[in-house]
Amino acid sequence: MTENGPVPLHTPLGLLAELTHRCPLGCPYCSNPLALDPRQSELDAPTWARVFGEAAALGVLHVHLSGGEPGARRDLVAITASAHAAGLYTNLITSAVGIATATLDKLADAGLDHVQISIQDSEPQSADHIAGYEGAFARKRALAADVVRLKLPLTINAVMHRANIDRIENMVDLALSLGASRVEIAHVQYYGWALKNRAMLMPSAEQVERAAKTVEELRRRHHGEIVIDAIVPDYFARLPKPCVGGWGRRSLNVTPAGKVLPCHAAESIPGLEFWSVREHSLMDIWANSPAFNAFRGTDWMKEPCRSCARRDIDFGGCRCQAFALTGDARATDPVCHLAPSHGDIVALAAVREDAPYVYRRM
Amino acid sequence: MNDPTPTIAPDARPRLPRGVRLVHNEAQGGWVVLAPERVFKADAIAVEIVKRCTGEATLAAIVDDLAKTFNAPRERILADVTTLLRGLADKKLLEL
Repeated sequence: MTENGPVPLHTPLGLLAELTHRCPLGCPYCSNPLALDPRQSELDAPTWARVFGEAAALGVLHVHLSGGEPGARRDLVAITASAHAAGLYTNLITSAVGIATATLDKLADAGLDHVQISIQDSEPQSADHIAGYEGAFARKRALAADVVRLKLPLTINAVMHRANIDRIENMVDLALSLGASRVEIAHVQYYGWALKNRAMLMPSAEQVERAAKTVEELRRRHHGEIVIDAIVPDYFARLPKPCVGGWGRRSLNVTPAGKVLPCHAAESIPGLEFWSVREHSLMDIWANSPAFNAFRGTDWMKEPCRSCARRDIDFGGCRCQAFALTGDARATDPVCHLAPSHGDIVALAAVREDAPYVYRRM
Repeated sequence: MNDPTPTIAPDARPRLPRGVRLVHNEAQGGWVVLAPERVFKADAIAVEIVKRCTGEATLAAIVDDLAKTFNAPRERILADVTTLLRGLADKKLLEL
């Protein structure tokens, strides 16, 4: 392909459907934006059904029913049934608080394929403190049991940070005891509320190093028993993550109000024009919306990305992180050791503060 | 750890668990296995094997059927099938 040739349009694989921003929990690392969509702006179920049909026609395979807490939607069963009817693989991403046993039974009947439950810690008291919600941990255990009873595959999503990173082994043991077939050891990514709480969440370099060794050891120990996926804390990395598999290449995110974003944090970049499913079809948005085309291909890149051998591997890293830390969304993600601002991220990774969390609230 | 020469009992009845599906998708260019947070492109050989993992046929019957259908030596089919199925089972994408 020539340097200035047309950027090929890829087929997206996944759609993150943020059904609502409402959530009973207040996790200080929530990936939702600081400005949350209010209930009255949420898309209705028939609109979601249309979006799922358009997504399937576009080639999307997985739909992730997320939020906020998707259980806050009273029409969750109808929404799930419409995603299944469109032929999509349906994944429910839940805190477990707000999904009653009877609702889960109905979701399973509606064609739900997989459930992911977040766990804040293996210690109940600490878990409830991090979630900002008393009794959350007990509810998670109960819903996990229901998922297993229905023979639905279960993933436990364990978000790691300074307060719980030393308990990775306990988290994996907990996931095994709950009957999960997969566990995500997902270090906090510093966007949205997590960026606000960064100094309170940041682990030490020693903790991160120990965590990586622990994950390797646990993978060996539990081979064939449970799949352990790990998301590394990128402030301690030398190479940036290929964020969302490349901008506008593999996934779309629909906000509760219907805006379509290339990733869940994209609204943090000023000047991008997002289109809404209320005015455009998903195909039109995927192909033509200015926000999706802003960072497709490599023509937008600056040096050192522009001439880098890895530019088609990691795509210059994350645009939102580049903007958040340098003020320029076209800059190299500062995680990259070749980025002019790499020293800034090394310095930020060393800033820790023991102050109370700023909980996520509407 | 990975056993260098994996074996599966001949009377095992492999099947895809709930939440794992083999589907054909034109836009994605063919057959894919859909699983939690994962998508695997399935080549022609994998499709023929996975299609037969219904929970009813035994491993021995699946291998016999493939050897007959594709007129290939049974030992080689058995080795290919065992490697593929063991790999899927280790990833929790297959029940044996």
